[in-house]
Formats: sequence, C-alpha cells, structure tokens
Amino acid sequence: MERPSLPFFYEPSTRTRTSFEIAAKRLSADTINIAASTSSYVKGETLKDTAKTLEAMKPDVTIIRHSMPGAPHMLARFVDSSVINGGDGAHEHPTQALLDLFTMREKKGTLDGLKIVIIGDIIHSRVARSNIFALRHFDAEIVCCGPPTMLPPHLEDLGVQPEHNLEKAVRNADVIMMLRIQKERGGVAYIPSIKEYSTMFGLRKEHVNKAKKDVIVMHPGPMNRGVEIMDDVADGPSSVILDQVENGVAVRMAVLYLLLGREI
Amino acid sequence: MSILIKNGRVIDPRSGLDGILDVFINGDLIEEIGRPLSRGGKGVEVIDAGGHIVAPGLIDVHAHLREPGYEWKETIRTGTMAAVKGGFTGIACMANTNPVNDNKSVTDYIVTKARSEGMCRVFPCGAITKNLKGEELAEIGEMVEAGIRAVSDDGKSVKNSGILRKALEYAKLFNIPVISHCEDEDLSRGYVHEGRASLLSGLDAVPGIAEEIIVRRDITIAAYVDSPIHLTHISTAGSVNAIRQAKKNYKEITCDTCPHYFSITDEATLGFDTSTKVNPPLRSRDDVEAITEGLRNNTIDMIATDHAPHEDTSKDVEFDIATFGISGLETALALSLGLVHQGVLTLHELFRKLTINPAKLLGLPYGEVKAGKTADIIVFNPGIEWTVDKNSFFSKGKNTPFHGRKLKGKNLLTIVDGKIAYRDPSFKG
Repeated sequence: MERPSLPFFYEPSTRTRTSFEIAAKRLSADTINIAASTSSYVKGETLKDTAKTLEAMKPDVTIIRHSMPGAPHMLARFVDSSVINGGDGAHEHPTQALLDLFTMREKKGTLDGLKIVIIGDIIHSRVARSNIFALRHFDAEIVCCGPPTMLPPHLEDLGVQPEHNLEKAVRNADVIMMLRIQKERGGVAYIPSIKEYSTMFGLRKEHVNKAKKDVIVMHPGPMNRGVEIMDDVADGPSSVILDQVENGVAVRMAVLYLLLGREI
Repeated sequence: MSILIKNGRVIDPRSGLDGILDVFINGDLIEEIGRPLSRGGKGVEVIDAGGHIVAPGLIDVHAHLREPGYEWKETIRTGTMAAVKGGFTGIACMANTNPVNDNKSVTDYIVTKARSEGMCRVFPCGAITKNLKGEELAEIGEMVEAGIRAVSDDGKSVKNSGILRKALEYAKLFNIPVISHCEDEDLSRGYVHEGRASLLSGLDAVPGIAEEIIVRRDITIAAYVDSPIHLTHISTAGSVNAIRQAKKNYKEITCDTCPHYFSITDEATLGFDTSTKVNPPLRSRDDVEAITEGLRNNTIDMIATDHAPHEDTSKDVEFDIATFGISGLETALALSLGLVHQGVLTLHELFRKLTINPAKLLGLPYGEVKAGKTADIIVFNPGIEWTVDKNSFFSKGKNTPFHGRKLKGKNLLTIVDGKIAYRDPSFKG
C-alpha cells in the first residue's frame, strides 16, 4: 500500500481510531489522522467539501467516525476511495460487529445455537444495531435487555426478543454483551438516574452465575465501571473485553486488506 | 385578446360537466362553452386540445415562496413559474418568510411583488402569531385588509392552547380559515418517522402520534369555539382516523395531505437521501394506505403541495442537519393522477380536491370551468409518461425524492386570467 488511508473522526474516539491506525500500520500503510476538533469542520466547512479536499490527496481508504447517522454513506457518494464506517451516530459500527462476532466464534467455535444477550442503551447504540444485523445471518437467539425507554419499537421485526428483566435475560446465555449509556446522545434522559439504572441493569457476578458456565462477557468500551458493569465481572474469568480489543486490530487489518483488493 | 380552446374533453368537477367541448375565452373571462363554437378570426388564438383534458387550474393551499428573505431558495417569480408549469393557477404562500408575514407591510410587499412578477395568483397566508412565536396574535385584521386569505403558523403548531383558541375565535371575524400544522414538539425531536425504517437507520425519529395528538387538540378547541379549522399536510393513519370520527359531529373541519404522503413511504429514507427529509416525515406503508383511503372516502378534502424549495447546499449535508422540505409544485399533478390511475379516485373526484375544494377553503371565486367565470384553465394529458428531472425544474428548489422517477400525466398549457402563462414545449395544439 503506497498511498495513505485517512482516518477521519468527527466524534471523539480512542479505541476505534487507535485500532484502525495500528491495523493500517501493520499492513505498512501510511495513515494520517484528522480529528474534527482540528479540522476545517470547526471552521464551518461542510462534510462534502472536507470529503472532496481529502479525496484530492488520493487516499486508498477513508475511515470516518461521525456523530450523525448516514455521514459515511454521504461521504461515499462524494469520494472515489473506499469508505469504512468507523461508527455513525446511533446507526452502525460495522467493524465493531465484525470483531465481536469474530471473538464469539473464537471462544465458542460457532455462532449457531448461541443465546446472545445485549444489555443497555439499545436505542442509541450503533454497536447493538450492527451486531443484530450481523447475527441475523446466523442461527443465534438474540435478546435485547434494558428499560423500556431504551428498547426501540419494532425490535421483534428484526428477530430480536425484547426483555426488561436482567435476571431473566441472562439465564442460560452464552454471550452477554454490555453497552454503556450514550450520554452524548441524550441517554441519561431515558432513565430516572444512573443509580437506579445501575441497580436494575448493572451486570453483577450473581447475574453471570445464572448464565451458562462458559458464558463470555463482552463490552465494546469505553466501560462505565460500577454503572453497567461491576469490577468483578469486568475483570472476572468470563470477561473477554481485552480479547475484543486485540481481535479488533486483526479484523480491521482484514477489512483494509480486502478493501484494497488483495485476495486471501 | 381571445382564446378558443377546441376539441378538448372539458371537465368541471363542481357542475359535473364532462364532454368534448370548445371553450371561448374573452379577456379574463370564460365567455362560452359549447360545440362547435365558431369564434375564430382575427385576434383569436385557437388552441387544439384534441385528445387532452381541459380543466380548472389547480389551486394549492400550502406552498412556500421564500420571498421576502430567502430569495436564494425561491422567489415569487420562480415559485409561480414552477406553479404554472405544474398546472397551478393560484397558490397560497406560507408566512415563514424573513421578515415573517405577520403584519400588513409584509403582506403588501408579497401582494405587490406577485402582481408585478407572479405568473399565477398568489394568496398570502398570514401568521397566526407575531413572528410565529406562538405568544401573541398577529395583526390579522390589517393583514386581511392587505390581502391574506388564511392564517397559519406553518412549520409549527401554536403550542399554547389558549392562544390557538383566541386565534380561532378572532379569525372567524374575517371569515378566513386557520390552517394548522399539527406537531407536538415535545414528541417530535427527530428527522424521520418512528418505525421499522428508523430502527434500521438509527436516525432520531418522530412517532405518528406527535401529529395525531395536535389534530385532536385543535379539533377539540375549534369545535368548542365553533370556528372552522383546516389541518394541513396530514400524514398518519391516526390523524385520518381522528378527523373522520370528528367530522361526524363537527362539520367545520377540513384537511389536506400532500402527494409525498400517498406516493412514498419512510423506506425511502433508508439510503440517507436528504431529499426525503420533510416535516411531517414520510410515513409507514400503513399510513400511506390510510391516507389513500382517507382521500377516497373524502375524509381528506384536498391535496396541497407543501412546496418547500431549498438550495442544494442545505441538503448536501448530513441527514440530521439537512433542511426539511420537498419541492413539490412540478410533480404534484402527475403524482396525484396516480390516484386516478390506481382507481382510488375518479378524475372528477381528484380535481375537486385540487381545484374547487381549495378555492372554497380560501373563499375564492376560482376553480371552475364555467361561462362567466375567470379564465384560470389548464390543458393536460393524464396519459403522457415523463421522467422527473430536477434539473429541469423552474423552481430554484431541486430537492425532490422523485428525481428519475417515471410519472404518468402532464400539464401542457396553463391559462391564468385569460392569458397563457405556460405552454409545454411538447404541446403542439
């Protein structure tokens, strides 16, 4: 890869950005990282113009993280290079879902027949959406758990079973995926208080004990310890949270490799 | 100057007239309808409408002309050019200009400008409240004097029920309708309809009940003070249901919907195409079916365009921050004729909703093809297929979700006040 890929972040991101940068570097690609706070965005330039400007520098791949749904799709209309969605608002986070499924399969051998429970602020979660879209391709049971205000209507249409009781939701689960409350998307207004949320939907050891013995606990990060997940779970034997991070680099390397037309 | 329109199928939905007839226009009036009329000769322009339909010009109770204040989006000139191309001979323009049309000097400006530059009749709609703020009544009486034909705070509801009550009571004094945009803002913090599509796109969504709640509130207040109310751009099954029920007990309710609420669903928003961003949002399949049924059973009295032109730069941005609105004047007739092609409405039923009913709402002596009436007439052909090309729009607003779509039915000739205001290049008559 002679030409650079251009990560481009319109929303704060540490994990995803670093992961993409390391992935690109391991493939010997040059990367340039432009964050929204330092870009022309803050000077009032539109995404379209920023996209065209970046395009003029002829990157192979542009990776975008943006707070608004559909921004990568818009970018893709204006540039010729490949565009990777690094997370767009409450819409999608496709590489996160890929690394999550990769991790599940790594630990479980298969995705078929698994009971996968996603818990938290589903309505605002791009991670939940992308995971649901991906998991629908497999014969897995998908349960979404959270307070009614955080579960969007029509979830059943996607083959997802909504559940409001955490204890019931985790029973016999193979995979528990915790999500944080999306404060930046107004998530806090959907619950009376963080304290009450934590009492009702925070994952504790006793919940993990109700799941299958070999359950894995996942979290896309960043975690709010003591809110949606307790220390003893986050750092406990079932946690694969750091494996997710590690796998993220490999999966993103694969995505970049394939997008650049290399064959495996 | 006289015009003789020969051999066309003349329809007049009010009287039920329907037949191959000639129409003779002398000056600004329709002088005679019959066949054959031998009115040729010097100074008479003869138009052969054989194979086409001659009908009253369309009247739109809801358009945005953007002037004064937003001339880069549209002007009275370009908006009325789009109107006559689309078959409209009169359009009501909403008050959300800059400055807002909430006092007679702005009304005066619009009326004067429309007289000198307009291609068709323009009926200004004044604001209900000063600066559309929903706090104090605008000077409705003075605006009526200057020429407004309705009041509306379109773009938002009058949130304060007490103010709306006063507006409904006060407007009755002048015999003009209060046109209500129905939206509960506390429920509508979003950009698309809340449903399966919004679940997939992750876009912030507006539930259908945000509209229905205000529909019910407005009807309740109007009935209490015994004033007429017009509910505009109705888009949900719940609203249609509420209006249908309410009309049984209270007669002074009218409503309109727009072509995009019976022609496309919220599925169109899935590609994040900002031309599909409109308020109220494109709704679900069930809503579209209910709107269609509401048109069929006359719960919905008329079709309006909600023509909302915007410059490309306000749409070439992320969906969340793109402007709301669809440029509708140039596609409305063909999309509405879709209802006839699908067998939902007869041609006469459709034209009632596009001509005489809007005329009645605004208290206008137009919307008829009849001897002695003003010659606001169109010649169109419901069978001509054409492909929507936004770049050929006369409107400055190229924001249409129908670009590239093949439609059936085309306006060929528009006569306003006895003068030809538009002739389609393909029309040889």
